[in-house]
Amino acid sequence: MNIHEYQAKQLFKAFDIATPDSQLATSVTEAINAAKLLKESPWIIKAQVHAGGRGKVGGVKLAKTLAEVEEITQQMLGSRLVTKQTGNEGLPIESVLVEKTSIIKREFYLSLLVDRGSERVIFIASSEGGMNIETVADSTPEKIISLNIHPAAGLQGYQCRKIAFALGLQKSQFKALETIMRGMYQLMLAKDASQIEINPLIETDTGDLLAIDAKINFDDNAVATHSDIAVLKDPSQEDDKENEAAKFDLNYISLEGNIGCMVNGAGLAMATMDLVKLKGGRPANFLDVGGGTTTEKVTEAFKLILSDKQVKAMLVNIFGGIVKCDVIAQGILTAIEQVKVEIPIVVRLEGTNASEGRLLLSQSKMEIVAADDLEAAAEKVVSLAEVA
Amino acid sequence: MSILINQQTKVICQGFTGKHGTFHSEQAIIYGTQLVGGVTPNRGGQTHLGLPVFNTVEEAVKTTGATASMLYVPPFFAADAILEAIDAGITLIICITEGIPVLQMLNVKAAMQGTDVLLVGPNCPGVITPGECKIGIMPAYIHQQGSIGIVSRSGTLTYEAVAQTTAQGLGQSTCVGIGGDPIHGMNFIDVISRFQEDEQTKGIVMVGEIGGSEEEEAGEYIKAHVDKPVVAYIAGQTAPAGKRMGHAGAIITGGQGTAAGKIAALKAANINVVQSPTQIGEAMKACF
Repeated sequence: MNIHEYQAKQLFKAFDIATPDSQLATSVTEAINAAKLLKESPWIIKAQVHAGGRGKVGGVKLAKTLAEVEEITQQMLGSRLVTKQTGNEGLPIESVLVEKTSIIKREFYLSLLVDRGSERVIFIASSEGGMNIETVADSTPEKIISLNIHPAAGLQGYQCRKIAFALGLQKSQFKALETIMRGMYQLMLAKDASQIEINPLIETDTGDLLAIDAKINFDDNAVATHSDIAVLKDPSQEDDKENEAAKFDLNYISLEGNIGCMVNGAGLAMATMDLVKLKGGRPANFLDVGGGTTTEKVTEAFKLILSDKQVKAMLVNIFGGIVKCDVIAQGILTAIEQVKVEIPIVVRLEGTNASEGRLLLSQSKMEIVAADDLEAAAEKVVSLAEVA
Repeated sequence: MSILINQQTKVICQGFTGKHGTFHSEQAIIYGTQLVGGVTPNRGGQTHLGLPVFNTVEEAVKTTGATASMLYVPPFFAADAILEAIDAGITLIICITEGIPVLQMLNVKAAMQGTDVLLVGPNCPGVITPGECKIGIMPAYIHQQGSIGIVSRSGTLTYEAVAQTTAQGLGQSTCVGIGGDPIHGMNFIDVISRFQEDEQTKGIVMVGEIGGSEEEEAGEYIKAHVDKPVVAYIAGQTAPAGKRMGHAGAIITGGQGTAAGKIAALKAANINVVQSPTQIGEAMKACF
């Protein structure tokens, strides 16, 4: 789960990670009041959206006067910001962060994340802050330092010193860096974060270290145990259909094609999308209805896929294991009746009671193509989508 | 032979009296798995499905001599249950549970260091040696005793590979679902190295997906150490970057973990990577 920069900075404050003074504003008036409260100009106005790359597309702007604060927030609030991370539609800007500016002497990169390779929480730091860390890793890997933390021992002083030396900090700044690193580590453990990124972490003209940007991802598996984190979710920053799917415990992800896919199992769902593509079609979504699926879930899944007006045909691919195919088939028939489906549907049933399931579908009056072969089913749905 | 489990394997179930534990224990018993008891705290002394219930794994191991444990424990208690099994001397832990917080799995992995214990999963369908022992949620009837070792990160895609190798008359030696979580127990190499050593296994199917780099590492291992035929399939060629595709571990981050990258790495290791999930069985058959 992602949160906004302003929310991340509130958490940073609670864990002693230094950030510049800032105020959240959801209206122009609030923004002007925020600027007044922060006193001396200029201010930085930052669009609050769940995406990186804001600076390059006008989502982060400098305001030298209150008039400029008004002008910039007027422009930002209510509009949508398109960055290279958002897709063409962009994300709505419903609030801005008005922040005090600092004189930047140097910019660093500092992040903490769960590393799959070492199976440890690791810190990554670089003297090249403010840039895309993947680009730095590609072009100048020697400028990146990483170290892993043993969960029983926790973060050690020598590890903080190692990063301080690598970043070329003065001895007087070591304590400040250690406070930030310990804060990040404590925050990760306390709130089940899966990634905390500060890019850039700056050194000011007076030698202070400040987190100018703040990004936190939380482990979806643990959010339910942290009510204070769960409430930070902002549905406006997520796809509408993905929000709807989450209510019914369906794994759904929107794509840009015209063939709806409904599958049981995440791996098989991905494989089904790939097969549609291989046969020359374009999948409209990823949808895993799960192992223990019910008629209700199948109905909701149908509604979800059909709410995408791009969808011209649909492929249902079920490998019945514990779930019996005749139960699924009945679910499909009920759903089609309720949802008034008008597009062609190809259903491939395999596994437990597959022939009973296929029989049920073929006996119905609905226009369903029942297939027992996945390859043929994919070819069929692609040709149906082309005709439609 | 087979790998990991056979008809001699004595198995207990943690989370025995719960809904999933009960259903899948029944299925295991019907299949012929030597299930010797189960663990549910505060239900010790009772009998469930005709088998003894214990309060702790330690008691269960002492009384029954079990060496393997299957876990159907809810996600927030599962790491604790894995650690209890390690502590009690269980040598093979198969964790079906989906949704364990990743930081808890890091603790589990650290606790496993220096021990010989094997963990399969979490978030996996389990392990089956057809005709001998079934530990997991896979539908039993699609399997057939035979010569193909199957290892996969995905449940239903494992079933596809199983059904196809059964249809081709090859059957399976052992099928291992290593799970869809980013931090998990046995990886491709751990399983494939055992298939290479196993006499019953004549060919290997590996089913990977986007996220992480275990497929790439397996490719290098296979090139250097495996002389049995390997057929691979990688799911997620159409998956967008930065999105979690159902499995917690199925995500492309910072350009890493793409299907294209994995397929290229496996092909570079001279492994037969099939384009379509429907070609796994035929491709394996063609090797014999």
